[in-house]
Formats: sequence, structure tokens, C-alpha cells
Amino acid sequence: MKKNPLLGRDVISMRDFGPAEIRAILDRCRGFENNRKPLLQGKVLANLFFEPSTRTRLSFDSAMKRLGGATIGFSDSISTSISKGESLWDTIRVAEGYCDVMVIRHPAEGSARLAAEATRLPVINGGDGSNQHPTQTLLDLYTLKQRTGRIEGLKVAFVGDLKYGRTVHSLIRSLSHFDARLWLVSPTSLCLPEDFLEDLRDSGTEHHIVDELAAVPDDVDVLYLTRIQKERFVDAIEYERVRNAYQVNPENVARFGAKLTLMHPLPRLNEVHAALDQHPGAAWFDQAHNGVIVRQALLALCLGAA
Amino acid sequence: MKPPNAKMQVSAVRSGTVIDHLGPRTAFKALKILGIAADATVLIGVNLDSSKLGKKDILKIEGRELTEAEMNKVALLSPQATFSVIRDFKVVKKFSPTLPDTVEGLIRCVNPACITQDPRVTGRFLVAAKKPLKLRCYFCERSMRENEIEFL
Ligand SMILES: [Zn+2]
Repeated sequence: MKKNPLLGRDVISMRDFGPAEIRAILDRCRGFENNRKPLLQGKVLANLFFEPSTRTRLSFDSAMKRLGGATIGFSDSISTSISKGESLWDTIRVAEGYCDVMVIRHPAEGSARLAAEATRLPVINGGDGSNQHPTQTLLDLYTLKQRTGRIEGLKVAFVGDLKYGRTVHSLIRSLSHFDARLWLVSPTSLCLPEDFLEDLRDSGTEHHIVDELAAVPDDVDVLYLTRIQKERFVDAIEYERVRNAYQVNPENVARFGAKLTLMHPLPRLNEVHAALDQHPGAAWFDQAHNGVIVRQALLALCLGAA
Repeated sequence: MKPPNAKMQVSAVRSGTVIDHLGPRTAFKALKILGIAADATVLIGVNLDSSKLGKKDILKIEGRELTEAEMNKVALLSPQATFSVIRDFKVVKKFSPTLPDTVEGLIRCVNPACITQDPRVTGRFLVAAKKPLKLRCYFCERSMRENEIEFL
């Protein structure tokens, strides 16, 4: 049996995993594609959602139940003692007695790391503010591998809001381990933050900062699209202009050919034309479905059951 | 290298620590970082002429020998600071600080959305790069440049 890359560990940040560990985790995910073995029977997952996130919560719920485990939890902090001022530390220490593994979703950045320090149980970060959402990154990498057959040496264009999207930040940083070539397509106001650009320079990752899709070469492997949110703009006219300029539709992706993979973390607004659901490379629903597979693997690995 | 007037400054302390080459206007922050009590005997020189730095601050702390860990903390504030430990008017140790690998407390995270903004949580920072100084919050992972560092 292969070594368990997550035994005795938490899943807090992609920074904690080197390329060999990421490969090992993705390899383990494959085994969960059709898994119905009750590997986690008798185990309890606590879904501690201090802010609502229906999709992430349902995905973890489904993953745990498909492995024969049970779930408890809450989906916002209003109905809990948190609103009475209990510290995160105390909430985690109390929950420790109710479960075998925890998923935490919290608006404060660094909250998942703090939770992991508070308990001896494995903690999985389900999103901490705009910092990290490692299970999203792993499901993206898994989908990339499933679609293109590899994660090394991919040519990937990220399109839209590269400033606020933690999904994009984390995926870009992970891809920099795997000789990716990147095109960063956004309006100047939503450009990838300097910190991440500096990391790309430090790791010697080829990257091109461009402001229109037309600047992306025809032979790119992946277009990773993001949501452009209205609240990021002070000017409503500017928002309209940007969201139309960065919309991806059957006409402007035709030149990339049928081998193109199209990804989007969902939920989507109008950055993706509805007709693109028919594109052979459209992978957004796969991403969502792979989320359950990846989370099954992470839960089983963290609990030493795989 | 000794500044030309080093002897005069050092001789003012009987036993304790002299901190020289502090960046201008950092002396009071250094006292705060070191937790030097308000009733301690301290000579403070602010905005003195320095051939090396243009302007500098100096601290002479009577009756307290700083540990190397304490001196390294001051390096976060003023990396070029130099230290002399004095016993009976004699310099028994000279020390140039090195930055620690991690820093607990001391600093406020620059990220307003960080969990360490909760006063019940003690901050922790990793020294990601020493020159130029770059710290990264252990919790929220935000990095901070020297000019963004705010001491508690
Ligand atoms: Zn922080």
C-alpha cells in the first residue's frame, strides 16, 4: 500500500503541499471515482460553517455520507454561541468532543490555521475569507488532470477577475510547481496582485499579463474563467463594459479548437455564454462533481482509512 | 566599525546595554518592544548625527543585559542596530543582531480581515526574506514589507 500523504495532517493551505505531495493526493483521488465502500462508517464529520456556502457544505456532506460516515454542523454563525462572543478556539475545542474530523468555513483569514492549532483532530479548510480554499484547488487540479491527462507543462489562461479570486490565486501558485505557462487576462483594475506576481517571478514561471482574450495563443490548453462581480466596481458603466469585454462565447473560443478545456469555479454570472455548455471542453459541472470525489479522498486520507 | 564618539557614549553606563545605530525615531519603539519598564534608568538619544546613517537614535539601558533573543527582536525594527553589553564600565560583549525565523506577538498583521485582529489571538509571523525584510503572517499568509510593519 502506498504511503498516505495526509496521515496525521490537516488540509489548511496549498502552501503546505509540495509538488510530490500534490501528485500523491491526486493519485489517491482516482480510487474514489466509483467508491461505495463504507470506509468511514462510525465516523462523524463536523461541518462548522461560520458563513453560508451551500455548495461546499453539500459537497462535504455528500462525500462523508458516500463513505458511510455521518455529519453534524451548522451553516452560519447567527444561530450559534459564536454570536454570543465565544472565541473560535473555544468553539473548536468543544466540537472536538463531537466528531472525528472538522471542516471549517469562516470569513476571517487564517481562521482555519487557528482551528487546526486548537485541536488534535484533522481540520480541513473549507475557505477562510479571501485566503485559501485548498479543496477547490485540488478539485481544479484533479479536473485538469482528468481532462488533459497531466498537470505538468500546461498552457493555462486565467480570464476575468484575477485580483479578488482566491480560487485563481491558489491554483496559479500550485501550477507554478508544474512548469505551467500562464496568460493572465484581466482589466488593469482586476490584475493579479503584486505578491503573486512576485512569486511567479521567483519560481521562474512563464507568465504573460494581457488585457484581452485575443492576446492568448491558439494552442492554449485551458481557459480558466472567473466571475466578475458587480461589487468590485464603483462605476456601473465600467462594470457593464468589463463583463461584456471578458465574456467567453462560442465565437471567441472557436480558434482554440475542440481540445480546449474550459473551466469555471461556479456560480457563474454572464461571463460564460450558455451555449458553451455544449462545448466538448466545458468542464464546470465535472469540477463540481469531482469536488465530492476529492473530498472523499481527503476525508479518508486524513482519517487514515485509505 | 566604531563610531568616533563610541567611547564617550558607552562610558555613561555602569552595567547594562547600549544600543547604537538605531534608525532615527525608533528608540521609543525599541523600548516598547523590549518591555523596558517606565521606572528603568534609560538615556535616550534621538536624531543624533551619524556618519553611517545620517541620523540615528541611541539607547543606554542601565542595569539590564539584553539577551540575544531580545536584541534580535530589535532587528525587526532596525536591522542595522548594534549592541554593547557593559559590566563595570567595560564592554564585555558586542553583538550585531540577526533576524529571528519567527516572531510571536509584537506586530499587528497588516490584513484587516486576519483572525489575529481578534485580541484573544496572538499573532505569529514567519520571516520570509531578510533583505529586504519580508514577513508573512502564519495565519492569513499575507506578506508584509518593512514599511508595512506596525508594532503593537
Ligand atoms: Zn494575518
